[in-house]
Parts: sequence; structure tokens; C-alpha cells
Amino acid sequence: MLKTFKLGGVHPPENKLSAHKAIEAIEAPEKIFVPLGQNLGAPSVATVKRGDKVKTGQLIAKGEAFISAMIHSPVSGTVDKIDTHIDASGYRRDTIIITREGDEWEEGIDLSADLRKEITLSPQEIVEKVKASGIVGLGGATFPTHVKLMVPDGKKAEYLIINAVECEPYLTADHQLMLEKADEIVVGVQILMKAIGVDKAIIGIENNKPDAIEHMNKSVANFAGITVQALKVMYPQGAEKQLIKACVNREVPSGKLPIEVGCVVQNVGTAFAVYEAVQKNKPLIERVVTVTGKNVSIPSNFMARIGTPVSLLIEKAGGIPEDNGKIINGGPMMGKAINSTDVPVTKGTSGILLMSEKEAKRVREYNCVRCARCTTVCPMGLEPFLLGLAGESLDWEIAEKEQVMDCIECGSCQYTCPSGRPLLDNIRLGKFKVGQIMRSRKN
Amino acid sequence: MDPIIIAIIVLGVTALIFAAIIFGVEKQFKVIEDPRIDEVSEALPGANCGGCGFAGCRAYAEAIVKNESLEGMFCPVGGNDLNADIAAIMGLEAEEKAPQVAVVRCNGSLKNSPQKFNYEGAQSCAFASNLSAGPGGCPNGCLGLGDCVESCDFDAMYMDKETGLPVIIEENCVACGACVKSCPRSIIELRNQGKKSRRIYVSCVNTEKGAVAKKNCEVACIGCGKCVKACTFDAIVLENKVAYIDFEKCRLCRKCQPECPTGAITELNFPPRKVKAEVTEENKEV
Repeated sequence: MLKTFKLGGVHPPENKLSAHKAIEAIEAPEKIFVPLGQNLGAPSVATVKRGDKVKTGQLIAKGEAFISAMIHSPVSGTVDKIDTHIDASGYRRDTIIITREGDEWEEGIDLSADLRKEITLSPQEIVEKVKASGIVGLGGATFPTHVKLMVPDGKKAEYLIINAVECEPYLTADHQLMLEKADEIVVGVQILMKAIGVDKAIIGIENNKPDAIEHMNKSVANFAGITVQALKVMYPQGAEKQLIKACVNREVPSGKLPIEVGCVVQNVGTAFAVYEAVQKNKPLIERVVTVTGKNVSIPSNFMARIGTPVSLLIEKAGGIPEDNGKIINGGPMMGKAINSTDVPVTKGTSGILLMSEKEAKRVREYNCVRCARCTTVCPMGLEPFLLGLAGESLDWEIAEKEQVMDCIECGSCQYTCPSGRPLLDNIRLGKFKVGQIMRSRKN
Repeated sequence: MDPIIIAIIVLGVTALIFAAIIFGVEKQFKVIEDPRIDEVSEALPGANCGGCGFAGCRAYAEAIVKNESLEGMFCPVGGNDLNADIAAIMGLEAEEKAPQVAVVRCNGSLKNSPQKFNYEGAQSCAFASNLSAGPGGCPNGCLGLGDCVESCDFDAMYMDKETGLPVIIEENCVACGACVKSCPRSIIELRNQGKKSRRIYVSCVNTEKGAVAKKNCEVACIGCGKCVKACTFDAIVLENKVAYIDFEKCRLCRKCQPECPTGAITELNFPPRKVKAEVTEENKEV
């Protein structure tokens, strides 16, 4: 029987329009915009200045804080300036702007397509290498990977869980990566296993990708300890806590990290990036981005350099359709609408979704009818209607008491609400405010 | 005996017993409260707005009586008159404070800062501010969703549909500061009311570079510093690429306003300027 998590969940139409479209490498544009704050945690600090010549793969910004990541130049050329540029948040943030000249790579980077299987580095060296390569969680949360690989004292990891669920509708980046780079991913998984010292790894894939399951099964056949787990299609299975529940039937306690139950979860794209970093010495400078939408003429999977403006990707996919209503950075459930196509691709950009005006329009809002559908589908066992009301009436005490901080912002409640209430909007507001209050209390 | 008489006797005796208990307890556990707390709280407006920084009027009165001091205590609703009354009750000296009023330091109306997209998320500035810079594109500007209007207990604010900006009704504003706290972008400020309600302030808080700020908003402060040079009283400071007029130092001379190339300085309640003979190219040479 297929496994899945037990509590809540929804199954939105999958709409995987770009499935089985080969990953197409996009040539970097003339000007590239690399935001300094691409990862969760502290933004990086630029180490280059205006007029500096940089090579592809050269370190251009350093992550100095504990939760922070390195950034490398995605192209070779000259640093135009370090200025503010619009990013996916809609705000202008510090960005390194580079003018491209040719494509000259930093020395020591192996650009061949050969598969390198032997892992020569020690666990400590692997973590260092991952840190130096600027790898962050490529599922979209962009949490620095090296921090996740450092198992805290007194805790022991038992399982490495590879997140290949891709439960967001429309997105196919991970799916296609598995079809094309299965062997590399498996080596990446082994590297991660060695780094955290576990002998069991589970690759969780939803059952709507049978070819990927088959393909990965073939690739892991020769490796003991790595298994592929087919999962029932259910959103939000790609959320860390839900995936752990589905794969090993353990529940992460409220406010705790997965390591509490002996698990480390990494995205399948991250595993590939780790392979490239450790075996090929190639830092994270490009990623797979799905560009899709019902009216997009050529839904595609692109390998884009970090810093490529979204407009270029959309152009390659056939341009913005006429009746386009919203452009969303990410998937339809958790993504955020962007307000400019100048926004660059960052390490966390898993997809660009173009929605028609009709699709993107919010439904009319009615009063809550207490149907409890939101409570039924909430994968965290919360009461979204109550949290939504708390957010609406600015009652942060109730929000905190009702565990608003446990919300994973999957949006299942809002998706299922027959009254079209902006539940997640209000819950996000509550999370933000309660987070502020809790932090101020600590200080 | 008639049951009704039994009932009267039983209830009467019970009532007497309880009355005795209550009397005893009242004598034994009487809380001696400073009568001035009641007096002060009686004098207060009872709006419980929180403008003084305390949870409500009663808490404010308790704090005054407990500290036996009026230092740093001011009820903006009652103003100087009330403060004098409280001082009289407490036998203290009252400090005169200039009356204040809230001003909205943003002029990014729908006309000055055209909307680039339609926002249809939760109708709350706090949320929208978290999400993006807003339809106008200014990361510091007014989002026009009315968190401040919602927070106002005195009907002193409303949303102007035409400009998309909040308007403060001066007569009603008591400077309690609720709107100041509610604005996620710190646009609203309490400023001295000024002589004849005349005020002059920079109606922009944008900290971006001039060119970027101007792109999003016609009337943005671009941080050129012309007003700083024009000011003869050192009342204007330029910090983070935005000018700020210190209302304590400002003498309302109006020299800065015409200097501003974008019109980011707003004058309120001044008489219209006398039209000077215009200096044209021709009479300049003469």
C-alpha cells in the first residue's frame, strides 16, 4: 500500500504541463542580477566591488552569520555595480549586477559529464565543501544545507529522507531532474548519508511520477541502504514534517526540528547540487526552473543561471499570454505573485507560473459558515478558521494560544474554504506578529 | 404555621447572618486605597485609548498616585488643562506641553504614485507590507489599506477614496498615537500643532536613492538637501536620503518649501503666498 501522512491534506488538480520536457540550458543574458539575500537567514556580504573582473564560479559574496550562505558568480564578466534591484519580495534589495563577457570558468571546476562515484572526502570535509559551495535547500525554503548537515551534539540521525515529492501542482523541475540525473542524485544521496553518518536513506516520490520511481529504483539497485518510497499523491506531502510522517511514521514535536526524531530531510535538487559541489567542485550557480501555465505556449524546464531575469525565461517559454493575470514565483499553492518580470532567478526559484486572469481572480469572500473543512484538511491539526479570525481581529493572544507558529503555510485551508476567506493571509499576519512578540519577550 | 411566615423567618435570619459576615469581612480586610486614585481617574476622559502609554485611564491614575510625580506623564486627550487639574489634585507642579496632532508623512496618492498592480490580499497594511512594497512601488509609502483609520478611537481619520491616503481631522485628533503605532511603515508622526495650526513637514519617508524614489512617486523626497541649505534655523536634517524637519526648531518661516524640486514639503493652514514679481530671463540681466 502507498504511504502518506495521516492528518488532513488536499489533492488539487496536478496540471503538470511541463512534465517530460527535457531540461533546456538557457544562455545567461548580458546583465545578471545576483541578490545578496537569497537564503533563509542573514544576507551575504559582497566580497567584490565595482569594476572587479569575475569568473564563473568565483566567490562574490560571503555568508558570515551562522545561518547564511556563500554566493558565487553565475557568469564571467565585470561587476557593474552593487545596487538595489527588485527581488521576488517586491522590495528592492542589495544586488550584485554583473555584465557578462564570455563564459570563463574558475579553475578546478570539472565540467565534464562523467559520473564520479568514489567519495574521497571525510564527513567534516563534505560539510565544509557544501558550505563553501553555497548550497541551500532547493525546494524553495533556501535553508543553508551545511547547517542541516551539522547534527547537534547529543542528537543522532537515523534516516536521511530525500524529498522528491514535488507535491505542488504545475511544478516539474525535480521530476525532470530525476529522469535525467538519477545516477548523480544517488551519488549525492550517498555523500549526504556519509556527512550525517546514517546508513539508511529514503527517497520519497509521489505516485504521479511512476517513470521517476522506476528510474530511481534502477539507479539505487546497487546501493544498500537507499530505498525509493512511492507515496500517495497528497498535498502538502513535500513539507518536511508531513514527509517524515509519511516515510517513517514519526511525528516531529511542535516547535522542534526533524533531527528530534532522528531525521534529516533534503530536497532531491539539493542532493544533485551536493553531488556537483563535492565531486565536480562546482558551486551552486544554476538551478532547474519550471516555467508553466495553462496559457503558456511552451511549458518548459530550464537550467537557468542564478540572476537571470524572469522575463528571459518567460520569453523562452513563448512570452506572456494575452490574458495573463498573475505571475507567480513558485507553485500555485505556496508561491507568491511577483510584480515585475525584472525579478531575477534565485536559489529558491523552483518555478514561474503564469496564471490567466480568470484563474488568478480571488473568489468573493463570504462569512465563515463553520463547515470545518479547513480544520479537516489542516495537516498540522490546527483550526485555521479560528486563527484566521484571530488575525482579522488582531488578537495575537488567541493566535499564540492556538499555535499559530506551527502553521506551515501550505494554504490547504484557503484552498478548500467554500466561503473564499483569506485564511492564510490572516494566519501569515498572525505568524509574523506572534513571532515578533515572542522574540521581544526573549530579549 | 403558615408556610409563608416560615419562609420569611428563614430568609430573614439567613440575610442577617450573611449581613453580619459581610460586615465583619469588610472591617477586617478593608483595602485602604488612596482616594486620589479615584479623583484622578474621575478627572480623566475615560477613553482608555492608551495614548499615555498605560493600559487605560485607571492604570494611568494609579501610576501617577504611586509615583507621586507627573514627570513624563501626559494625557494627550485631556491636554494641558487636564494635566493642570491632575496636578492640583496631587499638589504638584504641571508642565506645559505643546499640543500635538498626527500628520501623515506620505503624499503618494493614486495620482502621484500610480498603482502598478491590483492588490487583492488581506486588507491590512501590516500584512501587505510584509508581502511586497505595494502597488505604488514605494517600499516606505502608504499602502492605503487603513490600519491607522481602524486604530483611531476618536473618529479623527478617514480614507480619502480619491487619493487613497488617510486624512486626519484635526479637530478630533487628540494625539493619542494609536495610528503611529498601527502604521507598519512609520509614516504617521505626532507633531506640534503649531501657531494657528500651521505646520510644515516633509511628506515623504522614502529612504531609497533619489532616482529610484522619483520613479515610483512624483512627490518623493529625493534627498537633494536643498531645503537643508535654505533653512536658517538648522531645523532640517538629511538622514538616510530623506529630509526631516524638526518641529521643535522650525520657526515656520516657509523658506524651505519653494526650494523643494519635487514638492515633497507640505504646508498646512498657511495663508496663500504673496506672488512675488517673477524673475524672468529678461529682467535678470537688467
